[in-house]
Amino acid sequence: MSDLLLGARMAFSGGRDGWARALLTAFGVGIGVALLLLAAAVPAMLQGRQARGDARFDFRLGEQLPAAANTLLVAPFDTEFRDRPVRGRLVRPEGPQAPLPPGVSALPRDGEVVVSPALKELLDSPEGSLFAPRLGGAEVVGTIGPQGLPGPHELAFYLGSDTLGSDGSNRIDAFGGGPPSEEFGPTLILLVVIIFVVLLLPIAVFLGAAVRFGGEPRERRLAALRLIGADRRMTRRIAAGEAVVGALLGIVVGGLLFAVGRQLVPLVTLWDISVYAGDVRPSLPIVALIVVAVPVVAVVVSLIALRRVAIEPLGVTRRASTTRRRLWWRLIPPAIGLVLLEPLVSDVRAVGEALTRHQVAAGVVLLLIGAVTLLPWLVDLLVRRLGRGPVAWQLAIRRLQLDSATSARLVSGVAVAVAGTIGLQMLFTGVQRQYTTETGEDPTRATSYVRLFDIPEGSAAMNQLLAVPGVTGGTGTLWARIARDGSSPEAAPAGYLRIGDCRALAEYAELGRCADGDVFRSLGPPDDGPSIDAFVPGTRIAVGERAASWTLPADTRTVPARANPIGWKRSEILATPGAIEAGRIGPLSVETYLDFDRDDPDTLERLRNTAVQLTRTSWVGRLSATAQADRFVTIQRGLYVGVVVTLLLIGVSMLVGLLEQLRERRRLLAMLVAVGTRRATLAWSVFWQTVVPVLIGLTVAVAFGLALGSVLLRMVNMPISVSWPVIGMSTGLAAAAVLLVTGLGLPALWRLMNPVGLRAE
Amino acid sequence: MSIGQTFLGLLEAGPRHGYDLKRAYDERFSHTRPLHFGQVYATLSRLLKNGLVEIDAVEPGEGPERKRYAITAAGVTDVQQWLSQPERPDLYLQNTLYTKVVLALLTGRAAADLLDIQRAEHLRVMRELTRRKAGGDLADQLICDHALFHLEADLRWLELTAARLDDLAGKVRA
Amino acid sequence: MTVEPLLVADQLTKSFGPTTALERASLQILAGEVVAVMGPSGSGKSTLLHCLAGIVAPDSGQVRYQGRDIGAMSDTARSALRRGEFGFVFQFGQLVPELTCLENVALPLRLNRLGRRAAERRAAEWLERLEVAEVSGKRPGEVSGGQGQRVAVARALVTAPKVIFADEPTGALDSLNGERVMRLLTDAARQTHAAVVLVTHEARVAAYSDREVVVRDGRTTGMERSGVAA
Ligand SMILES: Nc1ncnc2c1ncn2[C@@H]1O[C@H](COP(=O)(O)OP(=O)(O)OP(=O)(O)O)[C@@H](O)[C@H]1O
Ligand SMILES: [Mg+2]
Repeated sequence: MSDLLLGARMAFSGGRDGWARALLTAFGVGIGVALLLLAAAVPAMLQGRQARGDARFDFRLGEQLPAAANTLLVAPFDTEFRDRPVRGRLVRPEGPQAPLPPGVSALPRDGEVVVSPALKELLDSPEGSLFAPRLGGAEVVGTIGPQGLPGPHELAFYLGSDTLGSDGSNRIDAFGGGPPSEEFGPTLILLVVIIFVVLLLPIAVFLGAAVRFGGEPRERRLAALRLIGADRRMTRRIAAGEAVVGALLGIVVGGLLFAVGRQLVPLVTLWDISVYAGDVRPSLPIVALIVVAVPVVAVVVSLIALRRVAIEPLGVTRRASTTRRRLWWRLIPPAIGLVLLEPLVSDVRAVGEALTRHQVAAGVVLLLIGAVTLLPWLVDLLVRRLGRGPVAWQLAIRRLQLDSATSARLVSGVAVAVAGTIGLQMLFTGVQRQYTTETGEDPTRATSYVRLFDIPEGSAAMNQLLAVPGVTGGTGTLWARIARDGSSPEAAPAGYLRIGDCRALAEYAELGRCADGDVFRSLGPPDDGPSIDAFVPGTRIAVGERAASWTLPADTRTVPARANPIGWKRSEILATPGAIEAGRIGPLSVETYLDFDRDDPDTLERLRNTAVQLTRTSWVGRLSATAQADRFVTIQRGLYVGVVVTLLLIGVSMLVGLLEQLRERRRLLAMLVAVGTRRATLAWSVFWQTVVPVLIGLTVAVAFGLALGSVLLRMVNMPISVSWPVIGMSTGLAAAAVLLVTGLGLPALWRLMNPVGLRAE
Repeated sequence: MSIGQTFLGLLEAGPRHGYDLKRAYDERFSHTRPLHFGQVYATLSRLLKNGLVEIDAVEPGEGPERKRYAITAAGVTDVQQWLSQPERPDLYLQNTLYTKVVLALLTGRAAADLLDIQRAEHLRVMRELTRRKAGGDLADQLICDHALFHLEADLRWLELTAARLDDLAGKVRA
Repeated sequence: MTVEPLLVADQLTKSFGPTTALERASLQILAGEVVAVMGPSGSGKSTLLHCLAGIVAPDSGQVRYQGRDIGAMSDTARSALRRGEFGFVFQFGQLVPELTCLENVALPLRLNRLGRRAAERRAAEWLERLEVAEVSGKRPGEVSGGQGQRVAVARALVTAPKVIFADEPTGALDSLNGERVMRLLTDAARQTHAAVVLVTHEARVAAYSDREVVVRDGRTTGMERSGVAA
């Protein structure tokens, strides 16, 4: 016990250096602990968001309610601002007891609006003028409270309206009560489980590295203790005491970091998702587990570290450099991992069940641990064979030959992170095909589209859109439903009539010749949309809401349809303005394709403003070739963020290791400079010393990543395909982290290359 | 060791009676073997004859102990010469060196210079010995080494003294 | 006849914060002579040596090597000078622990862009001359202090430098080994006509020199009675 206490005191001994070391360890462990706590808080985080999202559900399923004193009309009025979704609702209370949306204290009256704090901030900012027109000049009378928003940065508003009718809106007497939001499917569960494993494993590696910060001075100190009579067991207990202190301090620091980080969480929005600090709540059992496990791990790691060195009274000798690393036991974890994953390979459906979920996690963990255990052996093996080369290379390789364990340890974190990412991203790219739909849109033909439904002054609206500042050109058509003469196009639509000039109509069909006054029958694929077989030239047809009657001219030509810029291709009647008087028909829908500078986002916002002013039911969008399922995008991005954070963390520990090593060698560095070594030579040697293990690590990572990816793809019955861009991206990120580390280490190197170092010790 | 030069050095500080000189000498340089009076007066009369000291005053009464001696200009030069002349590096010469250092301090001369001069002389001899050693046979080498180690010990002592000069100066002047 | 000194330090002053390590120290080294720099601990000997070698820049004063002002050179040029014209032997910790002794000795040659093979051949010759051929394949951690020091001397001599700077080269050795290192160092230096600046406080080591300079409180009180003006 007294040995432990002695160790605890020694954690801080050694003056400024001792303190720096203790703080470094505490900080390193702290970061790890904070991240573990954060990971533990994720389920609660998602739950909180989801619960509040469900509570404001405002779509009534089933029978329509009668209007009453406690009903409210709600109509969706969603829009987007700068690629951020804006949840908009038009509301109109039908009586004094109309339900209040969560977080709203009073319903807005006509011309009033209640907005989320983020939207309020937007409106108050200079950019507000790009959004305000969408609220029709309504006065902001309040903000939505936290209980009415999934996250603090969501853009949302409730706009009061006196004119809202019951069609196109929902009548509800309470918010919430919808079906529970869709659960994650088995594939997604698999993904989430693996993402956690992939991100947490490197953090564990990082923790292991953090408790070893300052290892060499510690060993020297222990040697000094042996000299004055401590025996082996005592030194071990002292080391354990030291490790425990570091770990406990780390937990405290981690708790603080987490507490502070929690307050910072609301400040960031990642891909439209923001989180309230209050939602970041790790569950108690996990917290308890962390508090117990981290010191235990710290002690175990430091004892294992001591196993490799013999601390003798006269100093420290390393056994590792003499004994060859053995291969066989290093193969055990990945082998067990594969065995665990094997039965799941055939049937991914089983993944949803708890037991198999653990099996997946265990299998993946073991497979990835394989990368950690194999790496030192491989680094050792390869480095032994290198050595010829320029001085810088020679210095680096010889250093690695003498002690490859330190770098291998640090690099294994990178390797695990990269291997995991590659495996997952392989799975993603495979699964993406299930979730990503080709939109069929052709972004080369237009930048965006605006669709307005059933508005009286169609042509005027079209011109208004074309006149929006920033719009450089475009085409527009008006369209209406048609039916045989005598029946109602609204009740029984039998086809569509589209009116536009020759240029506009050319987007919908291969017109050939065209002049004003012409009419065409555009013939699309038979199974796509209503047929126009019945509408032969000379037929009388009813057009639009008012069923205006119009005769298809005798010289109507039949032409093949062409996919419009959003990829639709169907049979319809196309008429130039000279052939039909559009004003006679009544409300028409507008469909325009507009061009503007893609890099100027304001134009799109202005278009949205104009469209909203023209009608409540408008669609404004940017053309893009593919769309992904929302949730999938979120997971994928989450992974990228996680990997970047992880790599940065490992970068930090590599940097610490590098600095520590440089400090230890300052006398040597000073001497090398004194004898005239070029600084560049030393810089290169530091570079190689970092890069060589990382290259080996990345090779291992790619191999394990491919194995993991293949296993995962097999599990979801996907053909195995390798996505090289993904591999390039993951390894590139890691390489960037290494370069960053080396770059950050250089100033220290420069400083240490000062001849003053000749005096050290 | 030269009692005459030591007396001259002591007299530099101011005239003294013969008896005082003996007491000062015994106290500072020769605790264990006090000077005989005969020695004192023989030395003083030699100095007087050489014109290095003169009688400053005679007090009434009888005997040489009634005479007060003062140093002459020639005497000062003599002390100066003696101090600036290295001693032949020899075994057990600390006593002379010590005396010289103390005297240098007493008379406000740079004792460090004295040490440097001595060191240079020692090194000169040591260099010779080292050269001889390189050319000689084993017996030569052993003999040279013996001498070298002794000389080195002297020098070490010199270094030590030099390092403690300030302390010493404080004590001597007290 | 006047011989133009090889290395001249002129009125060097250097302070580290409140401590004045050198105060108007001057020194001249002739080609091929062995000069011992002596003085009590902390008197500024090492600092003087570092200034002479262009490792540390003096606050004021000048160091001229073959008439060129070292302080006016670029860092690159100074490094090249140290690589090419100077050799260094320190008290300890000067060998790169992960390189073998042979590679350590070959290092300065390789820094001078000599090929590995040629560099190691020359290194092996020097190890032989310094009677440590048997340790060439070992790492510095595996050889004795005396052997290591002789390896270091070989490394200092391998580039055939004009000046060898040695700071307490025998400080960590017993007298026998110390003498052996000194004998080999001075013999080799005399044969290659290299000047040696030898910082030491051991008289027996200094006895290998041609003359000595004493540093006290940062001042050279040397008997500058060398052959400069003869
Ligand atoms: N980098 C430094 N920073 C602060 N003080 C220094 C530095 N280098 C030297 N000094 C100071 O300058 C003085 C001279 O130091 P230097 O190393 O030159 O002495 P030295 O004569 O070589 O001593 P030793 O015989 O003990 O090696 C000392 O007081 C020392 O404390
Ligand atoms: Mg020194």
